Amino acid sequence: MASRITIEVTRYNPARDPEPRMTSYEVPLHREWVVLDALNCIKDHLDGSLTFRWSCRMGVCGSCGMMINGVPKLACATFLSDYAPGPVRVEPMRHFPILRDLVVDTSDFLMKLARSKPWIIRTVEKPADEEHIQTPAQLEEYRQFSMCINCLLCYAACPIYGLDPQFTGPAAIALAQRYNMDSRDEGASERLDSLSNREGIWGCMFVGECTQVCPKHVDPAGAIQQYKLTAATEWLKAMVLPRGAK
Amino acid sequence: MLDISSHDVVIVGGGGAGLRAAIAVAETDPLISVAVISKVYPMRSHTVAAEGGAAGVRLDDDSFDQHAYDTVSGGDWLCDQDAVEAFVKEAPLELMRLEHWGCPWSREPDGRIAVRPFGGMRTTRTWFAADETGFHLLHTLFQTSLKYDSVTRYDEYFVTTLLVDDGRVQGVVAIELTTGKVQAVTAKAVILCTGGCGRIFRYTTNAAIKTGDGMALAYRAGAPLKDMEFVQYHPTGLPFTGILISEAARAEGGHLLNKDGYRYLQDYDLGKPELTPVLRSMELGPRDRLSQAFIREQHKGRTVEGPYGPVVYLDLRHLGEKTISTKLPFVRELCLKYENIDPVTQLIPVRPVVHYMMGGVHTDMNGATPLPGLYAAGEAACVSINGANRLGSNSLPELLVFGARAGRAASAYAADQPPPSRRLLAGALEEEARLNDHYLQKRGGRERIADLREEMQRIMEHSVGIYRSGESLTGAADKLHELQERSCDVHLDDRGRLFNTELISALELSFMLEIAETMAQAAMERTESRGAHQRTDYPARNDENFLTHSLAYRDAAGRPQVEYIPVTITRWPPAERVYGREPPNGE
Amino acid sequence: MSTYWWLARWSYLTFILREASSVFVGWTVLLTLVQIWALTHGPSANAAFHEWMRYPLMLGVNVIAFLFVLFHAVTWFGLTPKAMVIRVKGQRVPDWAISGPNYAAWVLVSLGVAWVVLRG
Repeated sequence: MASRITIEVTRYNPARDPEPRMTSYEVPLHREWVVLDALNCIKDHLDGSLTFRWSCRMGVCGSCGMMINGVPKLACATFLSDYAPGPVRVEPMRHFPILRDLVVDTSDFLMKLARSKPWIIRTVEKPADEEHIQTPAQLEEYRQFSMCINCLLCYAACPIYGLDPQFTGPAAIALAQRYNMDSRDEGASERLDSLSNREGIWGCMFVGECTQVCPKHVDPAGAIQQYKLTAATEWLKAMVLPRGAK
Repeated sequence: MLDISSHDVVIVGGGGAGLRAAIAVAETDPLISVAVISKVYPMRSHTVAAEGGAAGVRLDDDSFDQHAYDTVSGGDWLCDQDAVEAFVKEAPLELMRLEHWGCPWSREPDGRIAVRPFGGMRTTRTWFAADETGFHLLHTLFQTSLKYDSVTRYDEYFVTTLLVDDGRVQGVVAIELTTGKVQAVTAKAVILCTGGCGRIFRYTTNAAIKTGDGMALAYRAGAPLKDMEFVQYHPTGLPFTGILISEAARAEGGHLLNKDGYRYLQDYDLGKPELTPVLRSMELGPRDRLSQAFIREQHKGRTVEGPYGPVVYLDLRHLGEKTISTKLPFVRELCLKYENIDPVTQLIPVRPVVHYMMGGVHTDMNGATPLPGLYAAGEAACVSINGANRLGSNSLPELLVFGARAGRAASAYAADQPPPSRRLLAGALEEEARLNDHYLQKRGGRERIADLREEMQRIMEHSVGIYRSGESLTGAADKLHELQERSCDVHLDDRGRLFNTELISALELSFMLEIAETMAQAAMERTESRGAHQRTDYPARNDENFLTHSLAYRDAAGRPQVEYIPVTITRWPPAERVYGREPPNGE
Repeated sequence: MSTYWWLARWSYLTFILREASSVFVGWTVLLTLVQIWALTHGPSANAAFHEWMRYPLMLGVNVIAFLFVLFHAVTWFGLTPKAMVIRVKGQRVPDWAISGPNYAAWVLVSLGVAWVVLRG
């Protein structure tokens, strides 16, 4: 294995630069080094102004999503050695405004997440010391969708979101579906009202890339297609059944 | 340039404790305005990384007293027993509350919440959500917090100082990372929920953000830090990343080998090697004993020198691919994905890594610090229920119970407070000037942040590691103080305003150095061995002189002064801390 | 986004091809309607239709249309396991068990149609 590798990183300071540019750095290539280690090496020893987010370094905090050789990936879970002899191209996540270098503005997602009402909605609360019974099978219904770490790689992979920033997007819809499928929840129709529209589930054209890039195997594409099926069934029921019979 | 906003209660930190506190305030009264200020988006907080579970009495054969006794004895009798009693009573209610909010707790076949055994707990009482309990707990809290209109979030704001006037904490000054703008947020009460400070050490399971910000903020404002000498190590972390390899790997039959392939634990009074794992023996001995054995093995020159320091090997190969893939899928995934090692065919290099701070900002049972208007909860605080050694799966319920308590207490306190003083503005302007003069507009500067950080970590490892001694500790606090002075001459490559992470690193370094000094000083002055604090020159526990909490105050010269207060003992007088057999008093 | 973003990745390209296939599905439907019209307007209209269909251009277009319609059908059946989650004894039914019967039904119907058309 070569002992060093070149890494090309997007540099951009909106206060100063007219547009983003690529800068190359040479870093040591170790078997256990991930792209994030290369970035930290640059920041610690070569250029302290290189800007990126990171925290847990074990693929669960969701901070370090980036485009690595054009593919959305977590920098902490992407080995440099997989790209030897290099160079490795590291860019900010696509489809988001760049704040600085590799840091993008994700506040749009937070807004959309809140609109999906990702919390348990019930008409009557259980007493404080009483649990809901939920069988392992019922847990399995939504468990996969509850694994979302909000890393937003799925937004970077979704061309629909790139073309239409109004689109609610994969993670926020998958999390709505996570609560819809939870046996403790009674808020499905409330959520459907805010998501069964062109900005919501019907905006999805099923490109399927969100599922491909998801580091947690959430399958947002599947979630959205299932949501569409539910929405269509509800619509049909409303058309066919007389009022009040639902 | 300075922006000002105002809330009734300001919470610093958006992890488990901070979000639980925010919800508690919102539920107390929707008219109370509450702000959550966090340097990362709340769901990035380190609560997310907790794997094991959350302890709370659940089964018929269990009782509050048993949970309390396990906690007190595990903590080597340094826990405040009144706090522990309140904690064990409220823990199951808090965990049930999480259930109502949607936490996907793992279930029994009949649909009831499942519990599992955990190290140090003598009966089954650990609630869990698969292998990712902290992750689910944090996201459940975060998503639930979104429904409260009275909660305002300041995401990616870094708090640099507390605003104190008239002897009361009345707000904070923060940098908005996105713009670099300095923001004063005034409040009638401030709750610190910023977590621990594992990053002071080189080898740690802690995330990059765990730099003890809240502890340093409180300490600088005049509140004491309690029991800072107690640092918990986990015996099997990956050397490079610090990622924790769960006890389950050893429970399934993994062996710890030294450089000769020898199961060295048999040399340290931890039983004899058997083919199948035996509870509380060899690899399944207590965490601190395993960590200590590593150091003694290292001194004998029988560890392996790896690129990231000395290691021993965790050998799972004899278990076979089938067992590893079905019983330990997460362990295999972590090794493969983050360290490029396959445990089916390769030895896993491991070493003890810093995992948790028992110490923190001194609070009472309601999270109140001695400084009026200032509260703390979670790992940042020391109530203390963890004593000299925290029991696995007590930290998640702790942040829920005391997060909620602090939220309620701060709400009640805020209701009686006058509006923030006008003089706070001067304090905020002063802080803005400090940030400019010391960092952004300073000329020159010779020190690199990374160098100072490595130096700090080297000092800590040498002097305040798993084993300490008068010899190793002598001068440590002075050296750390010297580093603090050198950190004033730090050179920043980045003098911009927008998302200046280098500035944040410099401020975090200064915070860490502040806390590191209290650790060294408190460790120096506690001349006994108790729980996680092991002195080679004072190997025995000394209840006569040290059944006390240390409190480190910052003096006018910026140096820690250590005082002591007695431990609260209600029902469980100090006894021997026993492993592998029944305790003598039959509790 | 660049105008040619859909050329950047194979998955984007197949997505665009699938979207484009709708045009050919529409064309096939239209052609069927014209054919029905021709059948109901006597032998000469039908003969003219068949004559028209023999033009090389028409043959070419229809070969392409056939391929696109085939592609459309495959992607549609590929979608079914995503949209339908069926569990038996707590285990999620594998994808092939959902798309398989769909394919089988498709083949059977196609064979039926072929039998009706070709037996005479």
